[in-house]
Amino acid sequence: MNYREAITTITELLNNQVVICANGLISKEAFTTKDRPENFYMIGSMGMASSIGLGVALNKPLRKVIILEGDGNLLMNIGSLPMAGSLQPRNLLHIVLDNEVYASTGNQPTISNVIELEEIAKPARYAYVKKVATNEELKKEVVYTLGNNSLSFLLVKIEDKEEQKKIGRVTHSPEQIKERFMSAID
Amino acid sequence: MHKSEDFAQELIDSGYDFFTGAPCTIIGKLINTLTDRSDVTYIPAVREDAAVGVASGAYMAGKTPIVLMQNSGLGQCLNTLTSLNLIYKLPCLLIVTWRGFEGKDEPEHLVMGRTCNKLLDTVGITHHDFNHDNIKTLINMSYKLVTEKREPLVLFLKKGIIE
Repeated sequence: MNYREAITTITELLNNQVVICANGLISKEAFTTKDRPENFYMIGSMGMASSIGLGVALNKPLRKVIILEGDGNLLMNIGSLPMAGSLQPRNLLHIVLDNEVYASTGNQPTISNVIELEEIAKPARYAYVKKVATNEELKKEVVYTLGNNSLSFLLVKIEDKEEQKKIGRVTHSPEQIKERFMSAID
Repeated sequence: MHKSEDFAQELIDSGYDFFTGAPCTIIGKLINTLTDRSDVTYIPAVREDAAVGVASGAYMAGKTPIVLMQNSGLGQCLNTLTSLNLIYKLPCLLIVTWRGFEGKDEPEHLVMGRTCNKLLDTVGITHHDFNHDNIKTLINMSYKLVTEKREPLVLFLKKGIIE
């Protein structure tokens, strides 16, 4: 599975869930696949998707909040896992697309080829942790975790490391992204 | 000296309703006070940038957040403040303790102690200093500033003002 397929599969299963999209290719791909007002597209502050998502989830307990980020993003703020685990927001779903590289900058290696990120989520007290490698498994797990009402972590192994140089940036301004997002989740 | 309990009450009375951060001895009692109160939420953060991230999420979900930290933590969260809060116009009040003020502190605080205010000037974040007489005024003014300008604002807190 490449990350475009993964993002398409996840997007097709959403209705009004809140999604915090990490900076780089993930925001660009999510925007290109389907621009939704419930998507918060990050363009900077790498690593902060998990913290922003936690802040939203704690204060919107009736909305499902999804953090959509990569292995590089999570590794940059790995402390966000125990922080979420200590608080146990039941409406938070953390999806990590793990291609073992910083794809946005041209595929420099991260360390997730040897460090299994889902194994870190378990002692960080994520209640439900799964690793998936195929599109079918991903579909099944996203359907399950969208409705499971417990702090969840999906590690999605991405095979294709090909960077998608042609994909455009998010065309909304940062302020527009925020205003639209806030209205959509109000 | 102003009591930490009163300081916490003034923050709450002015409208702030979400607290997170990382401690410093100067705000130790304030954080303990916020933690002990059942009517407010204080989230212990693992790092100052994570605190700013959580506060930004809380803001988008309808809260008016405060992040508490030592000035050493400003270095940790500078990228988040510049590439998230400033460009998306995501406000939060940062109460930052000023260790190393006028060079009177341990060696690890001296560089940030003489540069933290200039660092904020350089990136364009407004800051003010608490003193013994302006606590209530500054807190009330800060709420108006962060909610109207929708930008991060720093209030520096030196040793000896709250206990």
